[in-house]
Amino acid sequence: MATQHSRSAARLMMAPAVILLLGWMLVPLTMTLWFSFTRYLPMRGDSIERGLEWVGFENYVRFIGSSSFWPSVQATLMIVGGVLLITVVLGVLLAILLDQPMWGQGIVRILVIAPFFVMPTVSALVWKNMMMDPVNGMFSYIWRFFGADPVSWLSDASVPSIILIVSWQWLPFATLILLTAIQSLDSEQLEAAEMDGAPVLARFWFIVLPHLGRAITIVILIQTIFLLSIFAEIFVTTGGSFGTRTLTYLIFQRVVDSQNIGLGSAGGVYAIILANIVAIFLMRIVGKNLDR
Amino acid sequence: MSPKTALRASAALALGLFATAASAQDTTITIATVNNGDMIRMQGYTNLFTEQTGIAVEWVTLEENVLRQRVTTDITTNGGQFDIMTIGMYETPIWGANGWLVPLDGLSEAYDVDDILPAMRNGLSHDGTLYAAPFYGESSMVMYRTDLMEAAGLEMPEAPTWEFIAEAAAAMNDPANEIYGICLRGKPGWGEGGAFITVTANSFGARWFDEEWNAQFDQPEWEQALTFFVDLMNSYGPPGYATNGFNENLSLFQQGRCGMWIDATVAASFVTNPTDSTVADSVGFALAPNHEGVERRSNWLWAWALAIPAGTQQADAALQFIEWATSREYIELVAANEGWANVPPGARTSLYETPEYQAVPFADMTLRSILAADPTNPTVDPVPYVGIQFVAIPEFAGIATEVSQEFAEVYAGQQSVQEALANAQALTNDAMEAAGYR
Amino acid sequence: MARAVSTRRKIATTTLAWLVGLLIFFPIFWTILTSFKTEAQAINNPPLFWGFEFTLENYAVVQERSDYMRFLWNSVIIAGGSTLLGILIAVPAAWSMAFVPSKRTKDILLWMLSTKMLPAVGVLYPISLIFVELGLLDTRIGLIVILMLINLPIIVWMLYTYFREIPGEILEAARMDGAGLKEEILFVLTPMAIPGIASTILLNVILAWNEAFWTLNLTAANAAPLTAFIASYSSPEGLFYAKLSAASTMAIAPILILGWFSQKQLVRGLTFGAVK
Repeated sequence: MATQHSRSAARLMMAPAVILLLGWMLVPLTMTLWFSFTRYLPMRGDSIERGLEWVGFENYVRFIGSSSFWPSVQATLMIVGGVLLITVVLGVLLAILLDQPMWGQGIVRILVIAPFFVMPTVSALVWKNMMMDPVNGMFSYIWRFFGADPVSWLSDASVPSIILIVSWQWLPFATLILLTAIQSLDSEQLEAAEMDGAPVLARFWFIVLPHLGRAITIVILIQTIFLLSIFAEIFVTTGGSFGTRTLTYLIFQRVVDSQNIGLGSAGGVYAIILANIVAIFLMRIVGKNLDR
Repeated sequence: MSPKTALRASAALALGLFATAASAQDTTITIATVNNGDMIRMQGYTNLFTEQTGIAVEWVTLEENVLRQRVTTDITTNGGQFDIMTIGMYETPIWGANGWLVPLDGLSEAYDVDDILPAMRNGLSHDGTLYAAPFYGESSMVMYRTDLMEAAGLEMPEAPTWEFIAEAAAAMNDPANEIYGICLRGKPGWGEGGAFITVTANSFGARWFDEEWNAQFDQPEWEQALTFFVDLMNSYGPPGYATNGFNENLSLFQQGRCGMWIDATVAASFVTNPTDSTVADSVGFALAPNHEGVERRSNWLWAWALAIPAGTQQADAALQFIEWATSREYIELVAANEGWANVPPGARTSLYETPEYQAVPFADMTLRSILAADPTNPTVDPVPYVGIQFVAIPEFAGIATEVSQEFAEVYAGQQSVQEALANAQALTNDAMEAAGYR
Repeated sequence: MARAVSTRRKIATTTLAWLVGLLIFFPIFWTILTSFKTEAQAINNPPLFWGFEFTLENYAVVQERSDYMRFLWNSVIIAGGSTLLGILIAVPAAWSMAFVPSKRTKDILLWMLSTKMLPAVGVLYPISLIFVELGLLDTRIGLIVILMLINLPIIVWMLYTYFREIPGEILEAARMDGAGLKEEILFVLTPMAIPGIASTILLNVILAWNEAFWTLNLTAANAAPLTAFIASYSSPEGLFYAKLSAASTMAIAPILILGWFSQKQLVRGLTFGAVK
């Protein structure tokens, strides 16, 4: 269908986006790779101008050998997995609920979407201070009202707290995508099943859930991309303490707190590898879905 | 507070700055600072500085940990985003030695650099050159509720021991009414909880490194100090103390929720200020405690100071601002408007010779605490480093941040004292090896 | 939707949905409410839902301390600028992918998306050095470029999915009528794509507005947007709950209002056009 002419035109039109992204990926990546093989301690006067000492794989060995490495991978997976689980499950339930006829649907939808507009720094601050503060937070009032000792959420239940905050931010996204998908469900099919006397659970399991498959994939893909690099929520609330030091945060500490650029860059390379493993895995699924 | 003093102060300020006003038109300087009360107050007065000099000022106000990360990244990448940085006694000598700061040798005669407290001046110099001017200086001391102490039938000695502190905390603790015996810093970060546990350890006879730069967390003194701190805070501290830093504790104390609070001397003016504090008229002060039989007290020495990064294009205007903000005249300006109790403390000798300031209840204890701190001789056993609540080497910030995170997990009940100390020992030695000390 | 629903069931779902909605919205509601209290009332036990003294003082204090309008303006310019720039670059790319697909189109699309997975911290130092070298630190243009780059894959992908929905026959017809490439895009495609482009713009404005890693690390004063404005309130200063609430409300209000007014387009945008 497409002529030779329109093909080359198409390539030309794609070029700016591709070149920009290629540059965006390659230039910093090359620098990170280079730094990761050098001793680069700016606090000790190392700089590019003075030349960096080549140290081979020392930084890689040290980064992975550090006692913080595996816990950080674990924390990353726990937070990403936890948020995905909560947002998908609650998202499906919420989408089904919002799909029911009701009064004031528009307003309810506005209320549910609202967290998505709140910038991560603000939502972390609000949760940390207004909700989870063990002395003045809303939770502590509720706990005391029922005669319980207030919990200091961000230190005693740090990972679940982070998961809660991040899930709150991403639940609207999951809900909306799933709601759109549900609305496209053929209602005649459901009605027929209802007529046949299929129980609610069976209808959900055999009709609704398969229909949502693609939407759930999209939710997981998009959220994983964003969740792997969550930063502000941890930075503001726990600063990486209490088992919430994700890989992203560990690298940040190596680069910014320790000012060990070589070591941090090696960590960055590991994170890129990890992200790519996840990416390939996800792309397979989504790639198939895009063909449909 | 008298109108006369106010007049004299503003006149001096106006005169001193008018001379240079013409040359500095249309310049803007950017200042990175910490969101502590005295700095926020200073921001309120900057329009006076701008009026007098024509130099506009942009403020970047950040929380302590964030500020450190921002200015450190900026100075090592030579970013030049700031014309003045608010840094402390830890950063100044290291950065000065690396040539990253403009030496402050162009300070004017009227500024009277010799008036700066010797302890502060030494801590902000490298090889005898001053690299940052102290905006305020601090040590640490005990702040306590006189009314609660009285009700408990106790009397605070001028120089309490940790053992007495524990006894008093037990007596004042009343969690049912949300009054906790003692509030101390547990928040991770080397300058937050890290600083506090380090001085506590000093007062138990512990140290960070021996003379060969071997980490000392495997020594009994550290275990004793950390165990004492954890027991004290678990029994009589507020819930969630593992995330409380200076500002969090200040807030709790001002709400009347702490019987005692051991922290920076600079907090004294905030807890006694009736507009911010609900307990303003019942606060007493004492020297920071020591463990019975150990001669070191747990008081630190710190100054928040203004420095000019070498990468700035506005060194002259920046110097002008520093002279203004750390001058005697600025102190008098604040005193005239807000009372002597609210001036930035601990930077100048002359402040403590001012009769009006001597009448301020915490002035004497602040000065005594500052004078009692000796950064060159911080611990019972000899150490290869300078610094009381920090070790003045570039690697310390990174190491101590992670160590303080290990300790905070103890405070939160996620690991034992022994586990935390073993982890701290390993990660410190590891980092010191990487940096080539061992 | 011809199902008849009993009133009782409708009441039940309505109640449940409102409860859930209010629960999700509560943190925001509580923040806004607290911003109108005095500091003492903000930490009152039990919490005050009514009967407090309504005050605007916190807003005045926050405004006096940090010049809100300047941060707001920076946010507007950076979020708007990066989105528009991104759209300009992405529209041709998405167009050619949608209408002149080749074997590699899908791979390119997936590769683009995979660049989003590069962890920002891993390249913080290189980017800082590049920015210093180019004099882009603390400039709006620097941030516009960075935010455009990190959101470009999303923009391309969204536009691609929208463009694919446009039936190819229309283009064929236009070509028959002798329309060139330029006319094709300008007069045929663009009008049809406007809803999709609008949704894309909206979503990306929100993403750029809320981006808090690069905006915090690459700005000081001149280009600092609202994410930096709120960062100066991130640790308490004495009694601070009401002030924090006021600052938070000021930071999120513009985008919250924008989002609510354009809810329909946004819902479309949020689904990335991938779900119908």
